[in-house]
Amino acid sequence: MEKERVFVVVLGKDQKGIIAQVSGLLFKHGANIEDVQQKVMDGTFVMTMLADITESASGSAGLRQALNELAESMGLKVMLHNEAVIKAMHRI
Amino acid sequence: MEFGVEEVFETAGMILFEHFDIRAVTLGVNLKDLVDRDAGRLAQDAGERLAGLGKRLVGEAVELSESMGLPIINKRLSITPAAWLIEPCAQADAPLVLAQALDRAACEAGVDFIGGFGALVQKGTTAADRRVMESLPQVLSSTQRLCGFLNLASTLAGMNMDAIVRLGHILKDMAAAGPNGIACAKFVAFCNAPEDNPFMAGAFHGGGEADAALNVGISGPGVVRAVVDKHPDADLTALSEIIRRTVFKITRGGELVGRELARRLGVPFGVVDISLAPTTAMGDSVGRILEGMGLERVGAPGTTAALALLIDAVKKGGAMASGRVGGLSGTFIPVSEDEAMIEAVEVGALSLEKLEAMTAVCSVGLDMFAVPGDTSAATLSAIIADELSIGMANDKTTGVRVIPAPGTVAGDSVDFGGLLGRAPVMPVNRFSGAAFVARGGRMPAPVRSLRN
Repeated sequence: MEKERVFVVVLGKDQKGIIAQVSGLLFKHGANIEDVQQKVMDGTFVMTMLADITESASGSAGLRQALNELAESMGLKVMLHNEAVIKAMHRI
Repeated sequence: MEFGVEEVFETAGMILFEHFDIRAVTLGVNLKDLVDRDAGRLAQDAGERLAGLGKRLVGEAVELSESMGLPIINKRLSITPAAWLIEPCAQADAPLVLAQALDRAACEAGVDFIGGFGALVQKGTTAADRRVMESLPQVLSSTQRLCGFLNLASTLAGMNMDAIVRLGHILKDMAAAGPNGIACAKFVAFCNAPEDNPFMAGAFHGGGEADAALNVGISGPGVVRAVVDKHPDADLTALSEIIRRTVFKITRGGELVGRELARRLGVPFGVVDISLAPTTAMGDSVGRILEGMGLERVGAPGTTAALALLIDAVKKGGAMASGRVGGLSGTFIPVSEDEAMIEAVEVGALSLEKLEAMTAVCSVGLDMFAVPGDTSAATLSAIIADELSIGMANDKTTGVRVIPAPGTVAGDSVDFGGLLGRAPVMPVNRFSGAAFVARGGRMPAPVRSLRN
């Protein structure tokens, strides 16, 4: 079975527990985190996580909804993109 | 990780802050095999096919958008030009019967528009073409989601002035048939109409197409504007390069969606239309890109040159990104749907004449502009003839979507609501070209048509 991987992008004001909360949520939804990067860009905290969701029962739709709820409670914004989109837009 | 945080953030930011989206996925559907002498049977069969395919299109598009994390805004259908379908139908109201079935199918499927109610009359007009033309006021004012078109000129055939003269009167009737002349917003008059255009109101499924084809229109005026704003000191060569790189990325996103959606639907993938299409949303404006390039207002001297640079860069970036670039693939500058265009008209920076000059370097023509309600049918015909001649002489597509808004004068404003926006009523030159268009006949094709 082909792997389904997604990029989770979290952005907003830096605060305690962002990585812990997001990774906890991904774990709960059966996603395997393969990579994490973070950086402050133009004064905004940006974190990206590459997660394998092949075995996640929630799928990208369920995961996006849960992430949106979490992000809202923390005053953050979150986006979730299939790896194929990032690959198409940034690699030839 | 193979991708840097900046790259992933760039894509997320385009969607979050700069209105990047897949503007339209349009499924073109051949209906020629359903032609029937009985208009009721034709309408029923066409309606059933379109409702079924439309439902699948909407369902798959929603699911794909969710799994990709790329917004797909509009889901649409386009059909074989209606005039070909009603050829054998003797029944007088066959165009209306078909139109109502198409509209019902669009509503049932949940697609936002269905295009193709029109005819190709660039060289001559058949009886069926005439019936469709004459039905337009009633059809477009009594349906919700149906869009109409006429192709009245081409570089190869010349221009059908007889049909353009008649269209002036039809447009007046169309404007009178609904509030604010809204029916006119659902109709485009073309020269060199592409057969695979995914954008409304002019989409249709041409005679050279397969049974079905999925065409995609991407959009990113906000994205281009953002990169232009970030480089205020770049010279024009560098600016072109910056725009090309950005358009390359968004085109790749569009192509991915088109390819995958076509696969899921089991139909051929047609084209990616790379047109920059503004919306009424703040910042999602082509005019603002031009202002970001250094114009005080759209319409100022330099506007045509700025637009030429912009569209050239868009085409080069798009063509590098996909082998399937097609459709209109120009820049849309609809007055009512672009905040900077509206402002430019209202402060007196942009005239109808300058708008026409801009269309000489920009694909889609005079789009979504209002003129006073007392503009004569002959003047409407003359405006259309001027614009289509730009397309004919330059071997490119041009179109006109004009709203002679009843009861308005220059300086008024007509609010269509929603995606169609608000059109300031533009003054029209008070001198007449009526005697010229009244000559009728067919304007010969330009010498560049003799290319064999």
